[in-house]
Amino acid sequence: MPAETRLPAETQPPGETRPPSETRPPDQTPPKGRDEAADQVAGLDVLELAPPADRDRTLGQYAARIWASAWPKALAIALALAAWQLVVLSGWRPEFILPPPSDVAAELRDIVRSGDFYGAVLITMRRAVVGFLLAVAIGTLVGIAVARFRPLRAAIGSLITGLQTMPSIIWFPLAILLFQLSESAILFVVVLGAAPSVANGLISGIDYVPPLWLRVGDVLGMRGPARYRHLILPAALPSFVSGLKQGWAFSWRSLMAGELLVIVPGTLSIGARLQAARDLTEAPLLMAYIVVVLVIGILIDVLFNAADTALRRRWGLLSG
Amino acid sequence: MTVTDRQRGDAPSGLHIDAVSKVYGRGRGALLALDDVSLSVRPGEFVCLLGASGCGKSTLLSLVAGLDAVTRGSVDTGGGRVSLMFQEPALFPWLTVAGNVEIALRMRGVDRAERRRRATDLLETVRLDGFGAKRPHELSGGMRQRVALARSLAQESDLLLMDEPFGALDAMTRDILHDEVERIWRERDLTVLFVTHNVREAVRLGDRVILLSSRPGRVIEDYPVHLDRPRRIDAPEVAELAGKITERLRAEVSRHAR
Ligand SMILES: Nc1ncnc2c1ncn2[C@@H]1O[C@H](COP(=O)(O)OP(=O)(O)OP(=O)(O)O)[C@@H](O)[C@H]1O
Ligand SMILES: [Mg+2]
Repeated sequence: MPAETRLPAETQPPGETRPPSETRPPDQTPPKGRDEAADQVAGLDVLELAPPADRDRTLGQYAARIWASAWPKALAIALALAAWQLVVLSGWRPEFILPPPSDVAAELRDIVRSGDFYGAVLITMRRAVVGFLLAVAIGTLVGIAVARFRPLRAAIGSLITGLQTMPSIIWFPLAILLFQLSESAILFVVVLGAAPSVANGLISGIDYVPPLWLRVGDVLGMRGPARYRHLILPAALPSFVSGLKQGWAFSWRSLMAGELLVIVPGTLSIGARLQAARDLTEAPLLMAYIVVVLVIGILIDVLFNAADTALRRRWGLLSG
Repeated sequence: MTVTDRQRGDAPSGLHIDAVSKVYGRGRGALLALDDVSLSVRPGEFVCLLGASGCGKSTLLSLVAGLDAVTRGSVDTGGGRVSLMFQEPALFPWLTVAGNVEIALRMRGVDRAERRRRATDLLETVRLDGFGAKRPHELSGGMRQRVALARSLAQESDLLLMDEPFGALDAMTRDILHDEVERIWRERDLTVLFVTHNVREAVRLGDRVILLSSRPGRVIEDYPVHLDRPRRIDAPEVAELAGKITERLRAEVSRHAR
């Protein structure tokens, strides 16, 4: 269809089979009037739209932005290191038990150069990812089921919140009883730690879908699975993402506790190495691994935050 | 064409609301929102429903759209499809502008290529060609409401219900959108039931203006508007009839003071 034709008969998409209007005389307005109207609409649109954000920043502006977000963090780290150094200097504990930051940094440099270190990170991250994905799958299914079926909610709705507040370490005796000192024991606790948060994020997302959107869904004829696929689940996404983020935090904590308690023979995970460093009173090594755990936690949090920000930007919930 | 929308054979039948009452709640707290409302809209007609705030206009549209059940009486749309447009655009933020139009087509089983083509046409109809890839939040309020109109048009319903669709817009935008709605109504031979509490807007747009009383909502007057189209909202004839209707509305509202 040529774009410039605005005459009534031709403006209808060719696929439509509307009966021609017989009750009303054809539109008498000359085409000129139509163009004027189009201009008015277009003019108003231009005026109402905010001018496009200045996307191409100069290198200097980028540097300024990075600096603005970086210096408070750098300062905080510097202050923490200084405090640590001061405690060491005060002689509160002997240096072989509480080493100064410089020793730990040297140890850290050594371990990241060794192949063992990457083996440990690999084992730990594999457990974390498998456990988390399992928790997401289970949490999502439980979340949908609970949100959907009223009796189920009455039955286990508050149980899920209760589980969420349980310290995961509580589960280890049971896990060890059930699965001995095995990967399954660790996985069991990681999943129990993370799944309730994932389920709860999804449930509250579904509960708080704006009623107006639900009405739009009704008007559009969304029913059954289509309603979930095209309306409720996408609408619940922001809350689901915060549930994932919280679930990850719980699963990471549970995993660290698990690796300290459940040492599976032959798997030198981060936790196992930490424990070994303590047994040998190798304080710098121990603290180096603590730093590794901290850094991994921060990196993954950054990933989740990036996902969250991207989502909010798409939805227009962020300014700028 | 995959979907045969208009091929049910019979001519569109318009809308017949017969002695409809709607009660919210029960017992002591029950509220009679609509009482014995009867009205008809002929195919191709543009009817404006006017009434003070809280008189049951939205309730009536919900009943017609089938979102809620009548307490007494009957609503007959002749089996035709009904679409409803709200005061807020209520676009889905996870979809693009084109996606928001396409979702209406998708729910009717239109295939992908056809959806894309029709959505493009519809966006052109509401003069938003070129905005399909944007996100709803990138548009102004008036533009979003036009996307919502395109989404409603995508349903190719026999009856289009509009619930104060321009209530939240500034006067200039509203004025231009009146022209647009009138144009689309003519081009597409729509049947429209348009709710507003703006008297001039009702006279500007309607073939008829139906006045509802408040608490309970009842039809108290049915004004035919014999003015040539296109009308201007500030034309003296429009102002004159609007004045007359406002008078009647005032009398109705002050009845509640006594
Ligand atoms: N779901 C509901 N439950 C109980 N009462 C309701 C419900 N919906 C509406 N009402 C009541 O019914 C009456 C009519 O409401 P309705 O929203 O239809 O009015 P309206 O004419 O659309 O008002 P407005 O001009 O403010 O949009 C009001 O008194 C309202 O409080
Ligand atoms: Mg209303």
